[in-house]
Amino acid sequence: MLGYLARRLVMTLPTLLLVGVTVFVMMRLVPGDPVLVMLGDTATEADIADMRAALGLDQPLPVQFALWLSRVAVGDLGASITNGQPVFWLILERFEVSASIVLVAVAAAALIAVPLGLVAAWKQNSTADLAIVAGATILVSVPSFWLGLLLLLLFGLKLGWLPVVGFVPFSENFALALSFLVLPIVTLIMIEVGVLTRMSRAAAIEVLRLEYVTHARAKGLPEWRVLLRHVLPNAFAPTWTLIGLILGNLLGGIAVLETVFTLPGLGRLLVDGIFARDYPVVQGCLLFIALIYVIVNLIVDLMYPLFDPRVTAE
Amino acid sequence: MRRPVPLNALIGGSLIGLLVLTAAVALVWTPYDPLAVNLRARMVPPGAAYPLGTDEFGRDVLSRLMAGAASSTIVSLATVAFAVVAGGTLGLVAGFLRGWTDRALMAVNDALLAFPGILLALGFLVVFGASKWGIVIALGLAYAPSVARVVRGTVLSIREREYVEASRVIGNPEHVTLWRHVAPNCIAPVAVLATSMFGWVLLSESALSFLGLGVPPPAPTWGNMLAGSRPFMESAVWLGIAPGLCIALSLLGINLLGDWLRDRLDPRMAVHA
Repeated sequence: MLGYLARRLVMTLPTLLLVGVTVFVMMRLVPGDPVLVMLGDTATEADIADMRAALGLDQPLPVQFALWLSRVAVGDLGASITNGQPVFWLILERFEVSASIVLVAVAAAALIAVPLGLVAAWKQNSTADLAIVAGATILVSVPSFWLGLLLLLLFGLKLGWLPVVGFVPFSENFALALSFLVLPIVTLIMIEVGVLTRMSRAAAIEVLRLEYVTHARAKGLPEWRVLLRHVLPNAFAPTWTLIGLILGNLLGGIAVLETVFTLPGLGRLLVDGIFARDYPVVQGCLLFIALIYVIVNLIVDLMYPLFDPRVTAE
Repeated sequence: MRRPVPLNALIGGSLIGLLVLTAAVALVWTPYDPLAVNLRARMVPPGAAYPLGTDEFGRDVLSRLMAGAASSTIVSLATVAFAVVAGGTLGLVAGFLRGWTDRALMAVNDALLAFPGILLALGFLVVFGASKWGIVIALGLAYAPSVARVVRGTVLSIREREYVEASRVIGNPEHVTLWRHVAPNCIAPVAVLATSMFGWVLLSESALSFLGLGVPPPAPTWGNMLAGSRPFMESAVWLGIAPGLCIALSLLGINLLGDWLRDRLDPRMAVHA
């Protein structure tokens, strides 16, 4: 068990290094001279040379990478070109918004989807199964930003139950903050319920066919006990992995929903950075989201033995 | 187990058939010029002259949707082709040669897989710029690593089979063994992956267009039409309904088709029945 945890932790280091190399190379591939972007058109030759030396851009690439990595590793992501604020704090501020939406929505979606998938698998090929599969497939096919717009049209504009544009931090006014976040969270829940139901159904179908399930039934265990005690833990393992992947993907992918609901989240920060050619912000977001993705997957893997102890025996 | 009429194949096939047909027709004919501005016919609700109405510039929504179908289909097909060729070649070479080539190629591949797909696409988009081919390259590079991983896995399991040995024994050069005997076995898993990928790419492309990072306006895409409809959400509902429905129905079609294909082709997925 400890061996597994240690192995998994050590495996993370090369991954993080590779992530760093990828972002570094990507930012060097961006057309245009970053020094010119930072200094603007009025810069003189001397200014440019000074800035180049100050940023270490006159050094060989491996040295540049080492310098860059030593700064990034301590959270020094530079300052935004558009507003001069430290990128690190900008990101943390925006991350709070995105993370609260994503975490609440994915947790709620899992609570709805896993039982649905289990029931669908248990009653495979029944009318209930068909209805659940059809519903999930439709939800998977609806683009989140369109669903968001439709919900906004219905509950915001037609019924007037919820505010349409804006955002208030939870610290200022909890109820008001909540009212702005209800629609994005509901939208996200609906989308993710589709994905997770399909996964948990497929996993449960596989498990239900295994001999130990037949054995549990043959022992005379009540059906609910077979499902909850014997099928659910094993069937949940792949869904658990998927939840990790979804969490990571959403931090970048949620930009569209943040656009629909005008929320100041991390995805929006990245997209605005791309528009403004604010490369420190873009680079910071790429690194931060990739880091969170690696960490989430690490946590998922570390908790995996809780559902499937076999992985530690490798 | 198998239903007499595979409903998912029927519905999925029809929807995708309709998409491809619409895209093909749009290349040669649309009811109106999708770019033609007509200020006297602005925001006309759906009716006889304009079946799906017009937008804030008096452009025909139906014509723009058809042009959008063509653009989405072409971008998605090109992206999937790019990802399959790039990732497939990488996976074939890595799996077949093994050794340090494999380790080096897979290190790069794993680095890319360490990013969420959409994030990688956004990063590459910064490098290649927001244009039609910029999107194809950015999304293609973002999705190629998954193809590489699937192909490499398949190659590793196939390269030890007797018929591959036999091909070597009768003196075939390595590249003949690779292309004639190993590569064809990767088609089934790649076909399953490519089908789902077509859906992901279509959705990603619409999302990028919606964000304003896709094919630049005035060229119509479903994503940028949806983004353009936001200010008129209440006064001109049709502008926001139609493009979203197009995306949703296309994705539904590809998902249904993908489910059916997976059950048929991928023996690992066709649960022990």
